[in-house]
Amino acid sequence: MPTYRFNVNGKPVAVEAPADTPLLWVLRERLGLTGPKYGCGVGACRACTSHLDGKEFQPCTVAVSECGGRKITTIEGLADGDELHPVQQAWLDEDVAQCGFCQPGQIMAAAALLKTNKTPTDAEIDAIENVCRCGTYCRIRDAIKRASAAM
Amino acid sequence: MAGPGEPTARTEESPDAKPRVGRRKFLTFLVAAPTLTVAAKYTFDPVADALPSLPAPSELLDLGDVITLATKPTAWSMVLRVEDDGRVRFELPRAESGQGITTTAAMIIAEELGARLSDVAVELSDAKPEFLWNQFTAGSTGVRTLWSPLRGIAATARARLITAAARRLGVEAGTLTTRDSAVWAPDGRSESFGSLASAAASTTSTAVSTAPKDASGYTLIGKPTGRMDARDIVTGKAEYAMDMTIEGALATVVARPPTIKGTVVSFDAAPALAIPGVVAVTQIPSGVAVSAETIDLALKGRDALVITWKNGPAVGLSDADIRTKLRASTAPLAVPRLLTNHLDASFDFGFVSHAPMEVHSAIADVREDGAEVWVACQSPIMAQNDVAGAIGLPSSKVKLHVLRAGGSFGRRLFWEPAVEAALVSKKIGRPVRLMWTRTDDVRHGRLRPASHHKIRATYLLGEVLSFEHRMASVETDLKHGFGEIVSASGAAVSGPGDGLLFFHLSASNPYHFGLVTQLLTEVPVPVHTGSWRSVYSAGLRTAEEVVVDELAAKMGKDPVQFRMSVLKSKRAKDVLAKVAKEGQWGKAMPRGWAQGVAVHEEYRSVTACLVEINATDPKAPRVTRATIAVDVGLAINPTGLKAQMMGGLMDAISTVLQAGVHLDAGKVREKSYADFRYARQKDAPIKLDVFVMPPTGEPGGAGELGVPAAAGAVANAYARATGTKPRSFPINF
Repeated sequence: MPTYRFNVNGKPVAVEAPADTPLLWVLRERLGLTGPKYGCGVGACRACTSHLDGKEFQPCTVAVSECGGRKITTIEGLADGDELHPVQQAWLDEDVAQCGFCQPGQIMAAAALLKTNKTPTDAEIDAIENVCRCGTYCRIRDAIKRASAAM
Repeated sequence: MAGPGEPTARTEESPDAKPRVGRRKFLTFLVAAPTLTVAAKYTFDPVADALPSLPAPSELLDLGDVITLATKPTAWSMVLRVEDDGRVRFELPRAESGQGITTTAAMIIAEELGARLSDVAVELSDAKPEFLWNQFTAGSTGVRTLWSPLRGIAATARARLITAAARRLGVEAGTLTTRDSAVWAPDGRSESFGSLASAAASTTSTAVSTAPKDASGYTLIGKPTGRMDARDIVTGKAEYAMDMTIEGALATVVARPPTIKGTVVSFDAAPALAIPGVVAVTQIPSGVAVSAETIDLALKGRDALVITWKNGPAVGLSDADIRTKLRASTAPLAVPRLLTNHLDASFDFGFVSHAPMEVHSAIADVREDGAEVWVACQSPIMAQNDVAGAIGLPSSKVKLHVLRAGGSFGRRLFWEPAVEAALVSKKIGRPVRLMWTRTDDVRHGRLRPASHHKIRATYLLGEVLSFEHRMASVETDLKHGFGEIVSASGAAVSGPGDGLLFFHLSASNPYHFGLVTQLLTEVPVPVHTGSWRSVYSAGLRTAEEVVVDELAAKMGKDPVQFRMSVLKSKRAKDVLAKVAKEGQWGKAMPRGWAQGVAVHEEYRSVTACLVEINATDPKAPRVTRATIAVDVGLAINPTGLKAQMMGGLMDAISTVLQAGVHLDAGKVREKSYADFRYARQKDAPIKLDVFVMPPTGEPGGAGELGVPAAAGAVANAYARATGTKPRSFPINF
């Protein structure tokens, strides 16, 4: 079985896995990083949304073999130690979460958006396709605007 | 040490704060334990608590009343502990699936006790048969059933802490108060709850009242409060079933049939077992399970299986057949339409998936002499019994841990993966973590039953004389304990099935419409169904609110003014007036845009919703703004209540406009969120305002309340914007 080396949340890792293994299962089942959630496996729900070299991606649709040497950030690596990322703090301030299952992905999507676009418009926020079955969308919008102001 | 079920210690009586039904009494028990531990029990006045032998209309006795009655005798099984470290611990016999009940329960306890909210730890209780029907989460009854017992338990604990502190400080108990997890003397001295926990456990009597606080003294109840587990959620630490580490557990998925309830004829396991990391292949009633070291390997193994399937019993049925069956089964309308003006309308609602974000999952470790199961579940005692039966152990040998759920909406009233995981674990002799895929969930999960509705209203001289509603619905599977709860409540009836009884306990119409009748016919169809947030009311009341708008138009009246003139309750009029004002009812809108409004009253609560829609493209409408007013009697946590109303609105936007599933020859067509079009950010209103009305009484239900009013408002807005009469939902399907 091939070994793949890449960086997750600032730490180098080496994992053995079949080349076509979706990265989501490498993170969750082999590296114990369960923040990215399985919700569909086909990139539709986006509950696993994380960052690959600083950009939003869905680890359920990317094979581990494509990740060699690259930098991956999951929800577990977003905060700076105990200090929350402004998007996480905004999520607390707006009390966004209900069941919470999609929120790691929502937060990672919002953090990626704000990295390249400091003041997204409503239309740009609308482009986030992550599903929240509890329907927290209005608070997600408010939290993104709050984080944008704080950053 | 005596357990909470053996109240060997002293009992203390206090009158229930505001008895509503008869002369209910509340006994609290001091449980023998090293630190202060209080349990509670209701006693009955049998005459005052007697129930009618037939279910009364839901306005007199509703589903929540029935569940509250059924849960009362076992309220004593709930136990509150104050520990030496100052932590206040409470094991909650309810499910937490995002509705926020753990935070709400902690707020009630902290308020009565005078504890810091952060010191109160509410954990989900394992399945405990002694709870009987008091470990069931459904019908928006969480707060309604917990309100009295929780306050009673906490108030008793407070009295004992004060008594112990008075002794230690050498002051009159009546002068002491509690706040910030300590007892305070007028001179500023204080004793922390932790330091009093042991002394309070051995106190022989209380020197102050054990009655719950008066509402005028509340500092926490009614205060907007964030979820207590929010930080865990935003940092990815919150743990759901498949995030747990159970030593040696094998990841397991199940190959399921193409058709609903299809069965295995034969299969070849060899290609799956040839994959390194695949450990076992096991046939179970629902399909063929593949267990492997990791989920991805189990999925590979599943895909490698060669299986011959037998079609399920619904293979001859598609949506059109179901619709025909339902239309044919709808009871006839009784009022003749000859003598007065009348309005006839009929409606169809399609099947809808629950599709909670977290797929159905469970962990099971079955050994010779006992089993342990972990599952997110709304009816854990039924689940425990079912698992025990499936693996041939007595229930007492099955320990069932209730996990937090990644959403439910009714889905987790059923516990299929717990039984599947237990069966596989028993067969292969290893712990098993079993996960449904999203496609499994959409194609083999539960469905909100499709329904057909016929409504006839007659009117004369501006007055509605009669309002008949005949609903035919694919039968809702209520075999998750509902019938047993009704029996336990004393409201048992012979004759109608569980579905009809549920219907009568929940159905109502908030208007003075003369002779109002609402009847349900249930049609058995061999597919998996289940209660979906707001159950029958979603279709029933949405259709009615559309007819109310059409009646207003027929009589030349404005939809808000017409409703104001016929609403029965002041509370309903108040919420409607609130949204009309705050939502600027009647303002000018561009062509293709419109406002829509609706009202719903249930669970001893009432809400109104006003939305604005942009339906310039009728195939891609968007609700751009929503204004909601809600009166739940007393809102414990307005932040959580608003969240529930927001969720109900998104369910309404989804199910009215775009999200449903099709049945094609016994098979669900959709397979993920790519084609089951639950709302996304682009479908949510840019502006949402939720107004929580001032208190009007005791807490009512909230979790499901938001759906029917919002659905009616969205349908009415769409109708007004497009000039159409919506009759089939979802509209764009």
